[in-house]
Amino acid sequence: MPATATAVKTKLSRQQYLDLYYFMRLNREVEDTMTRLFRQNKIVGGLYSSLGQEAISVGSAYALEKKDWMAPMIRNIGALLVKGVPPHDIFTQHMAKYTSPTKGKDGTSHFGDLENLHIVSPISMLGDLIPVLTGVAMAGRYLGQKIVAMTWIGDGGSSTGVFHEGLNLAASQKAAFVLILENNQWAYSTPVRRQVPLENLADRAKAYGISSYIVDGNDPVAVYSTAKEAVDRARAGEGPILIEAKTFRRRGHAQHDPAEYVPAEQREYWEKRDPITLYEKFLAAERILDAKGKKEIEGKINALLEKDREFAENSPMPPPELASEGVYCTGDDCHKIRPKWERPIAEVTPPKSSVEPVWIVEGFGRGKSAYRENAPIHFGDTQPVAEEPAAKTKPVAKPATKPPARKSLPAKSAARGKARR
Amino acid sequence: MAPITFLEAIRQAMFEEMAADPSVVLIGEDVGVYGGAFKTSEGLLEKFGWERVIDTPISESAIIGAACGMSYLGLRPIAEMQFIDFIACCFNQLTNFVAKGHYLWNAPAPIVVRGPSGGGVHGGPFHSANPEMYFLHTPGMKIVYPSTPYDAKGLLKASIRDNNPVLFFEHKFLYRRIKEDIPEGDYTVPLGKAVVRREGKHLTILSYAAMMHTSLEAAEALAKEGIEAEVIDLRTLMPLDEETILQSIRKTNKCLVVHEDTKTGGISGEIAAILFEKAFHDLDGPVLRVASLDTPVPYAPTLEEAFLPNAQKIFTAAKDLAKF
Repeated sequence: MPATATAVKTKLSRQQYLDLYYFMRLNREVEDTMTRLFRQNKIVGGLYSSLGQEAISVGSAYALEKKDWMAPMIRNIGALLVKGVPPHDIFTQHMAKYTSPTKGKDGTSHFGDLENLHIVSPISMLGDLIPVLTGVAMAGRYLGQKIVAMTWIGDGGSSTGVFHEGLNLAASQKAAFVLILENNQWAYSTPVRRQVPLENLADRAKAYGISSYIVDGNDPVAVYSTAKEAVDRARAGEGPILIEAKTFRRRGHAQHDPAEYVPAEQREYWEKRDPITLYEKFLAAERILDAKGKKEIEGKINALLEKDREFAENSPMPPPELASEGVYCTGDDCHKIRPKWERPIAEVTPPKSSVEPVWIVEGFGRGKSAYRENAPIHFGDTQPVAEEPAAKTKPVAKPATKPPARKSLPAKSAARGKARR
Repeated sequence: MAPITFLEAIRQAMFEEMAADPSVVLIGEDVGVYGGAFKTSEGLLEKFGWERVIDTPISESAIIGAACGMSYLGLRPIAEMQFIDFIACCFNQLTNFVAKGHYLWNAPAPIVVRGPSGGGVHGGPFHSANPEMYFLHTPGMKIVYPSTPYDAKGLLKASIRDNNPVLFFEHKFLYRRIKEDIPEGDYTVPLGKAVVRREGKHLTILSYAAMMHTSLEAAEALAKEGIEAEVIDLRTLMPLDEETILQSIRKTNKCLVVHEDTKTGGISGEIAAILFEKAFHDLDGPVLRVASLDTPVPYAPTLEEAFLPNAQKIFTAAKDLAKF
């Protein structure tokens, strides 16, 4: 059986350490600002807190490149900020303002940007984003873009049917897809022990023959390093990877929920493990951040949020007539997305695309995968390794704990499968 | 050119669109080497390869989700439901995710979800459904339900080129039973345009898919009794061609709606409401409905026959209506 790997923790550059700090602080300040707005009745609907989970959103999204795609969940404000969403978009969304990305048609983190930031909007039905982001990864490979798609799921959402359908499809397609399973131990009021009879939710990966990691979700450096390794492996064609980030939801399901069902000892334990406080200690010990540097960052964040909050508060509500607009995409300019081909189109059109329709494809079931050599290959993605006799009989026991240093595939042939390892 | 079947028309539409546009891909269960449960995709894999004709696990939600995700990068996926009954398995993905995307966050999802639908072939309660109305009640979807090979090809091509999610229903009773000469080369049939299949002055029969042919059969019988029925093929339920419907009612003043979908909540109720709102003074009689029984589709031929509308039931209802 594939072992679940432990997290990796690498040394980062000074700037990377500081970026992680900045975005975690920004994440928290954005949410604190919204809590104040909520208490002033300026947030239209619910408000969902990611207090104590900032390291996960920030660390994992920070592992993505600009061209990569992601779909956040409700507690991934930090991921949105890292990907480039300005705070005023988050404020206006929650306040249902006309200036919000959805013009007030939806709230919270339910918005996206297909053209520039490559963000898919989440919906409230959990798990749906897993096949959607699998499709994004499949299209990316088809177009030759070498992108990675990432989304998040909770301990609760990992019990949905579409979690299974999506991850299984991603695995069978060897999609360049990374799933961050944010185990905050509570699905609304139901503790994880009552939902899932597993010690580690990362073990769900075994069912799909994919690799997984377990990481301390309150350690941004570990989350980032592990996510980065997973993103690199997925990009190199190893297929989807699951990362379980263990953490704790310190607030209720939403603002209305005092979460009195959470045992006091559990809360106390995690309150002491605040990811930002711990990280500040680390940065101070490493002499990366001193009091002056911290003040500068705080000043920068305060100025930004002050401006963006004011913009949001001064923005108008959408005009009523907007309610009936936009159900269908009509007119020539409503659909602007054109496929960006980064491989020759001739490869996917006849005569080059023509194949013999045989049931058993030589080498199928023997491709290089995230956890061992004989997981399914994707057609046209990776050459079969059937010729290598060593891989034939012995199951490769090596878990993904410490994947060997990987050279990235030759740029030209990565997607077309001429690479051999 | 030799006449082609309804099924061949579907295949041709996919073949031609995939040949013309590399952003068109097909995803579904057994669509590749096997060529689809009904062979609608036979030959596509040979021509376009593994990357464009994608066999999936039995996971309807994942099929729809993946197709939607692919469309976000500019592709135009066709997603096949092996039987349209199984669309219930991905109801959430379609109604909550795909259909709402453009309205909520300006994300059009140009995907076509197509599959064999309808009864009359003794498929039983899970292989005979007409689930179109679940989706008519979902703002954001277009719904196409053709009745002839010419329309099937032209409408499927138009659906693939459409920038919205389109549900394309293929009545499996028609797959190999009707043939038609169709023009060579590229053509489309626009979504949202009904067509008058038979002109008449005494009453209007509105129908679509397999029941359109049954309605025509009934109209011939009615003509022998001196009742000239105008038969209109709706072709698309969303958008619905109200103009063609209203024009005909203003002429005949009587309306009978015939569909294979079950009666309660069928499109006939919606059409009746539209007529009351917009043509009340033109109506000389009640809007009548001939539809399937409000039951699951039963298996035994005797039961299924009782369940489905037929030419006799249409004839009787039309004669009653003509008396007004």
